[in-house]
Formats: sequence, C-alpha cells, structure tokens
Amino acid sequence: MIWETYAFAKNIHLYRHGGLNLVYDVNSGSLHLLDAKSYRWLEDMIKSGAENRAAAGGDLTAAERGEITREFDQLAREGTLFSPEAELPPPYPETETPLLKAVCLHLAHDCDLACRYCFAGTGAFGGERGLMPLATGKRALDFALARGGARATLEADFFGGEPLLNTAVMRALVAYGRDAAAALGKRINFTLTTNALRLDDDLLEWLDLEKIGLVLSIDGRPAVHDRMRPLRGGGGSYAAVLPAVLNVARRRAAASPYALGAYYYARGTYTRYNTDFDRDVLHLADLGVGRLSVEPVVGGGGLALREEDLPALYASYDRLGEAYLAYAADGRPFSFFHFNAGLDAGPCLPKRLKGCGAGLEYAAVAPNGDIYPCHQFVGRSEWRMGSVYDEPAPPPPEIARQFAGAHINAKKACQSCWCRFVCGGGCHAANVDMAGDLREVYDLGCRLQRKRFEVAAYIRAREALAGSAA
Amino acid sequence: MNKHIQTIIKGNLSAAAPQGGCGACQASCQSACKTSCTVGNQVCVK
Ligand code: SF4
Ligand code: SF4
Repeated sequence: MIWETYAFAKNIHLYRHGGLNLVYDVNSGSLHLLDAKSYRWLEDMIKSGAENRAAAGGDLTAAERGEITREFDQLAREGTLFSPEAELPPPYPETETPLLKAVCLHLAHDCDLACRYCFAGTGAFGGERGLMPLATGKRALDFALARGGARATLEADFFGGEPLLNTAVMRALVAYGRDAAAALGKRINFTLTTNALRLDDDLLEWLDLEKIGLVLSIDGRPAVHDRMRPLRGGGGSYAAVLPAVLNVARRRAAASPYALGAYYYARGTYTRYNTDFDRDVLHLADLGVGRLSVEPVVGGGGLALREEDLPALYASYDRLGEAYLAYAADGRPFSFFHFNAGLDAGPCLPKRLKGCGAGLEYAAVAPNGDIYPCHQFVGRSEWRMGSVYDEPAPPPPEIARQFAGAHINAKKACQSCWCRFVCGGGCHAANVDMAGDLREVYDLGCRLQRKRFEVAAYIRAREALAGSAA
Repeated sequence: MNKHIQTIIKGNLSAAAPQGGCGACQASCQSACKTSCTVGNQVCVK
C-alpha cells in the first residue's frame, strides 16, 4: 500500500477547520473531506514514524480498516490522494530569455498621502521626487512590447508613488500603448493602482471606457485607515477617498473576482495595529464594496507583524471565512482575494513553479527609465537592470539569472512545504528584506500564506456541501 | 459513494502541461501593494 512509504508531510496537508476534516493532496491539487475515523487514522499514520505506520489506527475495527483502506486505495489509483511527486524541470531553462509579460510604470515618485507603511518612503523610493516624462513612458512600453516576443498580451500597471499625480501622461500612454501594441498585432491590458484621492467622475468615465483595471487602496474602518494613511498636510484620508471607492464599486459591481478585464479591487494593508482585519473587510463589504483584498504589511518597522501577532491574525482569517459564507448565504456575497484560490481552474504546474516572475517575466520602470526586477526593488542601485534608454535594448543581465534560480525547487524551505504549488515561493522582495536572501523564505509570510489557503479550501468544501444539500 | 471520504476537488495538476505551459496567463505578484496574486489566486486563461 502506497502510504507505507509515502512522504506525508510534504505531499498532503491534513487539517481540521470549522468542524470539517480536510486533506489537500499537494501533487494533484485535490481536496477531500474525511470522516472522523479516516481522519484519525491518517493523522495517526502521519505522526507515527515510517516503521510504526502499520500499527496506526489501532482503535479501528478490522471492518473499518478494510473500508477505509479500499477508499484510500481507490483515490490513490485515480491519482487524487497520495499522488506521486511530479518530476519538476527548472522553470526557466538556462538558455532561454523569458518573455516579458508585465511591466510596472512608476509614473510618479511622489505622493499626496504620507502612509506610514509605504515601502517607497511616501513615494520617493529613497531618491528624488519626480514624474515620469511621456517620452520615457513610451520607451518603457516599447521596451516591454519588444521583450514580450511572440506573446500576444502585455500587462501594464500604472503605479507610483501616486500615478494620478501624472494623469495626463497616463492618458497619453494608454493611447500610445494601444497603437504601438496594435502595430505589432498585440494588445495591452492596463491597470491602475491608486490611493483614489483624485479619482473624479471624468477620470472614472475614461477608465471605464478604456477598460482599465483598478486597484484602490483603502484599509477599512475609518480609524484604521486614518491612522496609517494620513494626508500630507495631516489628518486622515478616509473621508476623502471613500466616495470614489464606493463609486467604483457601484460602476464595476459585476467585475471578475479574478482580476480579469475592467475589474477593481479595494485593497488594504494590515499591520500589528489591526490584527482584527476581518472587521475592516466587513466594514467595506457592508458599504457595498464587493471586491476586497487585504495584505500583510511587509517590513514596516514598528508596524511589522511579529510572531506573537499570529494567533490574532489566524483568528481573523477564521472569522472572515465564516463571515464570507454567511454573507453569501444571506444574498450579499463579496469576494475576498485570498479566498479565490483558483482551486478548480487554477494555473498549470509549470506556472506554479515560476512564482511571480520578477526580474524575468515582470519588470518595473522608474520615472528616469531605469529598469528593476519589480516595483519593490526600484531605487535600490544593486538591483538595477539597465535603462529603457540603453541602445541596443539591454539583455537580461546577471540579476535575471539570480531570479531564475530562485524558484521553489531551489529553496530548501519550499521543497518540503505542502503549500508550494499554491504559493509559488513567496515574494522575492520580502525574502530578500526579511530573510536576507533570494533563496531563503520569510517565515511569517509563509505561515499567513498557508493559513489563507486552509481557509480558502475550507470555504470551497463548505460550498460543495451546501451545493450537494440543495 | 464512499462511506468515509468525500472528494471535493479532483485535481490533476501534475498531469497538466508537461510541455512547460503556454505562458498566456498573467504575472502574479504577491506583495502588499499590488493586490497579492499568488499563483494560487489565478485562473488558467485557456
Ligand atoms: S515561500 Fe513559504 S509558504 Fe511559499 S512555498 Fe516556500 S515555504 Fe511554502
Ligand atoms: S518580488 Fe514580491 S513584490 Fe516583486 S513582483 Fe514578486 S511578489 Fe511582487
């Protein structure tokens, strides 16, 4: 029987949540619900060392063991439990230059807010405040389209600082990008990440017309938001941004929860000051904002999450999971990004090995045209990858190879992590900042990552149960 | 119908796309400032 020698810890994840016994099969991506007896037996087998496995589940009757064995065997045969580890080729072959999929344009290294957790140092990225000139933006789009090779679509995000400090350039770049892409038989999907302070009706009209995806920063309850996101002159920004957020939520109520097309997400950051972030999510849901996401702060000095915050954060995910189901049952569903785990139609295994693609499939361009592996690395000279003004266009330098080598097979922690095909190896920037190396992982981030997937899978199971009962 | 185990999702991850994938899907940033799209938060665009 397969389980006599199976490497349980890295290949299945067995857990209890909200009264359900669940097992996630890592290599197939399957999820099963267990009854108390099969759960206990499996738990017992996992706990016993390989030599004692045969003795596990001693309290079951022979008949029960027979039944459960047959069911385990059947699932193993169909490849949805105890499934074999696939052979994993390196995601980026040495000889190939990966095609660029996405580019982040830093339209403004300046901001009209002074958020306390801003990794960009209130917009300046440790350098001078400044706006991207139109000519630089055009070169950046040309560079990205060229490096996309045969790829039909380029994702381009307007980012900052606050990109709406440079709205005229943004509008001009959309027009330019559409033409430049069309001339190559391609298309560009644009998105805008903004603090929503300057999102007036006229601009929204245009954003809808151009089908530009929106990521709006709002942290939730007024006191939480205002504490972290003050206006530059002092005072909170909640009252100033809320109307625009509600406006977008109304206009784009039917948007895809998977960030496709002209979608929107209201996204917040949680810190040690709002470990009960579920209340922030529900605050926005109650106001009718139906596409929600919150993210853990990375770094942030005194705001940074600590080991001792984890129980409160876990409890928030737990409560949010139940609230998510309750709101849906009540006819007021909302989507929460961490719970859209792509469990049914998720990406293929090769994609899952690649992770975020920073430095390879993704690049960020600073206002002066300098290229970096991603927006979080912008302004750190040791990570500069050239400039959009280099002639000829710069080939991916040595830095790209470092990123290519930092995939989940190369990270010790990831190799044995049951969450590896969901996570993809974490955020390189967080790993560098918090763990000191591209091939190390930021453990606190990992633990939140695993937690959110546990709740996502639980929700999926609850939905399946509700569906089969209906 | 199984008595002890109910399958919620029947996956075949390891079988899919042995050729390396088509690469048509989006990039997937995990950081706080983009909304964190891990590889698990995506759908296959095919
Ligand atoms: S980064 Fe952490 S959570 Fe993600 S696969 Fe690696 S060890 Fe697992
Ligand atoms: S390194 Fe981190 S911030 Fe940069 S693209 Fe990857 S996940 Fe996002």
